[in-house]
Amino acid sequence: MSWLDHLPLLPVAIPALAAPATLLLLRRHPAWGIGVAFASCFAMLGTALALLGYAGDGIVHVYDVGEWPAPFGIVLVADRLSAIMLTLASVLALVALLHAVVTRVDRKGWHFHPLFQFQLMGLNGAFLTGDLFNLFVFFEVLLIASYGLLLHGQGPARLKAGVQYVVVNLVGSSLFLIALGLLYALTGTLNMADMGMRVAEIAPADQGLLRIAALLLACVFAIKAAIVPLHLWLPRTYDVATPAVAGLFAIMTKVGVYSLIRVVPQVFGDGAGAAAWTPDPFLWPAALVTAAVGFAGVFTARTLSEQASYAIIGSTGTLLIAVAGWEQATLGAALYYLVHSTIAGAALFLVADAVARRRAGATDNCSPAPAFAQRGIIALMFMAAAIATTGLPPLSGFIGKLLILQSVTGQPDWGWSWGVILVTTLIGVIGFARAGSVVFWKESESDDGVSSGAAAAPRSDLVAPAIALVLLAALAAGAGPATTYADEAAAQVLDRAAAARAVLGEDVQ
Amino acid sequence: MTYEFLVASSIGVLVAAGIYLSLRARTFQVVLGLTLLSYAVNLFLFASGRLVLNRPPIWDKAVSEYTDPLPQALVLTAIVITFGMTAFVVILALRSFLETGSDHVDGDSVPCDDSDTEKGE
Repeated sequence: MSWLDHLPLLPVAIPALAAPATLLLLRRHPAWGIGVAFASCFAMLGTALALLGYAGDGIVHVYDVGEWPAPFGIVLVADRLSAIMLTLASVLALVALLHAVVTRVDRKGWHFHPLFQFQLMGLNGAFLTGDLFNLFVFFEVLLIASYGLLLHGQGPARLKAGVQYVVVNLVGSSLFLIALGLLYALTGTLNMADMGMRVAEIAPADQGLLRIAALLLACVFAIKAAIVPLHLWLPRTYDVATPAVAGLFAIMTKVGVYSLIRVVPQVFGDGAGAAAWTPDPFLWPAALVTAAVGFAGVFTARTLSEQASYAIIGSTGTLLIAVAGWEQATLGAALYYLVHSTIAGAALFLVADAVARRRAGATDNCSPAPAFAQRGIIALMFMAAAIATTGLPPLSGFIGKLLILQSVTGQPDWGWSWGVILVTTLIGVIGFARAGSVVFWKESESDDGVSSGAAAAPRSDLVAPAIALVLLAALAAGAGPATTYADEAAAQVLDRAAAARAVLGEDVQ
Repeated sequence: MTYEFLVASSIGVLVAAGIYLSLRARTFQVVLGLTLLSYAVNLFLFASGRLVLNRPPIWDKAVSEYTDPLPQALVLTAIVITFGMTAFVVILALRSFLETGSDHVDGDSVPCDDSDTEKGE
């Protein structure tokens, strides 16, 4: 084995080592602890980029942990989809970490950096694992870290939202375990590729159980992805989270979407016999409603961060409209839009934070307030983030939505998809325009002279949102290679047999 | 047959009680409900390897029939995770009760402090 073969292990190992290191260092040497956190994120980004090239050859790279052969041991699978998700996670982590350090919210509690690293370990693990139970374990790792990160900074509102978030996710975990138990009882394996081979041979009498397992699993992923009607936990949670954390959480809903993209074609795909595509009839209508509800929330939101939360729901809906097509073209468009919508969501949260930090009292409420420092540049950034989220040119949202519209053409009932995407775009544009004009253009008389209190705010907290916006511009400029890669990743996801050959050995047909 | 019926019905009763309790309004009952639900899940996972009586899970020269060891490993993992999560949610619920003065999961019945001022600092 060359060192390159160990590459898939690194995205899990780096944060696992960095987390305790930051925990030990932060008490005595905060600067060193922060340095380790950044070094870990940069190392993850480097690894992710290396994996992006490594997996670009179209081979599904399999890492047998402990040299135990699949289906008995746990495998890590690095293909193009994993590489895309890992790169996205590490880029987003760097932006969120930078914002947290610059705005000094990481000093509000002792354990921000260790929790942040564990969160990344859970995310990276979930993107790499080829084993369903392992997916559950990494989900738990990222959830447990996210509970801590959500409560970071404390306060009654966070505690209240935290209780709801934890309860919802504990119920979700229970459902996940029930689905896993059913699948194991039916197939006798937990390896995804192996399970995909075995579901076809399940006796007709057990098909009902298999369908239940498929729907339960889809339900769990839908809770994570905040698909309507399972979205109610999200706005409140993200609204109260520390903005840098909310920026990182922008990828959490995408973990649910990723799991759907990974598990459904592989286990419940064409080869699954009578239970093939079981979750499919529910997914597409739910996606339409999710997009509608999300952008309606953008229209009615009372604060900018609540608006960003609803934008996340809406973009997940748009994303799932494409995913529910389950073809190479639609999945490729979905993957491009997934990367875009994650970064755009994070940018919205960070810009909302920049506004809130300058408006003492009014924070990021959509209400007139006295003029605040650097209003022009923040207004421009808000406009750029809003343009990206709603999908107007020239940023990557436009290309993403265009690709989705183009790819769903010809699907059954594609008129509904077009109608919902275009109408929600319009609603989103109006919602963002309204919020922006109230926050940035309308001035209220300063009641007691506090208006200039934040006038001397440093510009440093604008760096992270600016980087996010530059990334979106880069994604638009590099749309050619990006869409090609996404398209190839989609083809690889749908090629169930190739993945099974890579994981289980050449003798599988 | 009766053994299977006993396990299945006990899982069913636990799930029913768990769902009922986790739909209640107050955090203590919800936590109890989640605990019952996790017991049910653990039993269910254990049963997913089929119910085999008096057989070892690991290799032994003298026996030819085994019970499936994997669900036992899964249950162990699940128990550890749910135990930790239950401890966490108990502390969280307690802390939330102490800080907001309300033990309702949906805390709207008792007005919370205005958190917006704290968020903007």
